[in-house]
Amino acid sequence: MNYHWNWQFFLQQTDDGLRYYEWILSGLGWTTLVSLGALALALIVGSVLGVMRTTERRALVLIGDSYVDLFRNIPLIVQLFLWFFVVPELLPEAIGLWVKQELPYVATAIVGLGLYTAARIAEQVKSGIQSLSRGQRNAGLALGFTEWQTYRYVRLPMAYRIVLPALTSEAMNVFKNSSVTYAVGMLELYFQYKQIIEKTSQVLEITLVVTLLYVTLAFTMNRLLGWVERRTRVPGLIAAGQGGH
Amino acid sequence: MIEINNVSKWYGDFRVLTECTTRVAAGEVVVVCGPSGSGKSTLIKCVNALEPFNEGSITVDGTSVGARGTSLPKLRARVGMVFQHFELFPHMSITDNLAIAQIKVLGRGRDEARQKGLALLDRVGLKAHADKFPGQLSGGQQQRVAIARALAMDPICMLFDEPTSALDPEMINEVLDVMVELAQEGMTMMCVTHEMGFARKVASRVIFMDHGHIVEDDDKDAFFGNPRSERARQFLDKILQH
Repeated sequence: MNYHWNWQFFLQQTDDGLRYYEWILSGLGWTTLVSLGALALALIVGSVLGVMRTTERRALVLIGDSYVDLFRNIPLIVQLFLWFFVVPELLPEAIGLWVKQELPYVATAIVGLGLYTAARIAEQVKSGIQSLSRGQRNAGLALGFTEWQTYRYVRLPMAYRIVLPALTSEAMNVFKNSSVTYAVGMLELYFQYKQIIEKTSQVLEITLVVTLLYVTLAFTMNRLLGWVERRTRVPGLIAAGQGGH
Repeated sequence: MIEINNVSKWYGDFRVLTECTTRVAAGEVVVVCGPSGSGKSTLIKCVNALEPFNEGSITVDGTSVGARGTSLPKLRARVGMVFQHFELFPHMSITDNLAIAQIKVLGRGRDEARQKGLALLDRVGLKAHADKFPGQLSGGQQQRVAIARALAMDPICMLFDEPTSALDPEMINEVLDVMVELAQEGMTMMCVTHEMGFARKVASRVIFMDHGHIVEDDDKDAFFGNPRSERARQFLDKILQH
């Protein structure tokens, strides 16, 4: 192998005065910010949509179902382009201008990635709720809970436990999917990776390092949610997937 | 206490209840029996509006169940219900199962709700299990907790929907004992059950249903002594044979 390994280049100065490793760290920071922001947004929006789709109100079910159909069937990169370039044009002029000039890129990236992921989380939350017996809802109602209270105290706490493994892999996906936001100009890890390859040609070193960083991010998420899973395990239930009886 | 007048219900074209009329007076224990699919569970679920009905009226303590302005959560909070599959909340400790609705629905304080729950748990003989979770109890124990959970709301009457049908035989009596005690204390009860021993012991009246009709609605002694309908006689023969 004739490749000339050079691990030192990470310490070299770049054009903008920073060193290459600082570019990577900065990319890592943006990746983490976009991913966590998108994940938080996706959990909120996805849960609301998931609940809507299990209610007995047709309009709510229709809205939830349409959202999921729409957002799951458009590629993520196209959705990001839509949010960055098309949506601002459709807004009233003043707001569109503000979005284009004032709103930080990262906010738009979080919205794009978050709303995409929300469709997937909505699907999981829905299947979690539907896996519970109808008797659980009835028991809540019979005690005087409102429909909403049966979600809040009875159904969602079990549904989240049941779908936690699926949510874990979704959370890991968000970190991996965040790399797509480089296409709309986010200076995140993948963007920095591309940039460093162009400047230095040290392809192997930087690829290994970036790979390792993505793996570490996803793995950390995995461990973190594994811990949550153990913490919320219900005594006496052999598999969380049993939901009652 | 509970007045059911000419109640009918359809699932699409299929008629599950046909002009059912009966009443449960305060302090009465009424047992509802009949073959599976006869509509007895559906009827009892209509009483606290877990199932809607299409025609007729039901009033509970003067409140019309089907009327537009009726607050169903308020009504249901006053009517206790016990289910075939217990339906304790699996992610909550027994104490929390007993306290949650007192706190969230009745607005009682945390301590008060816990005290009340523990007192009732003691009454059904399960005080030692307060900190366990439903999945750690046997079926009979879970059903006793479920009764205590309903009682914690200070209900004006209790509905039982086949409370012992999902239990192993040796656990049935521990649940029936609690129900008998409750009946003897004067609780108004409507019980869907096939436990004829329980009916003989504490029922005031027995209702027999078949194909969505109330076929018999009789005094306990009249029902067991000499049921008027052929269908009820066949049914009793079958379940009392052994």
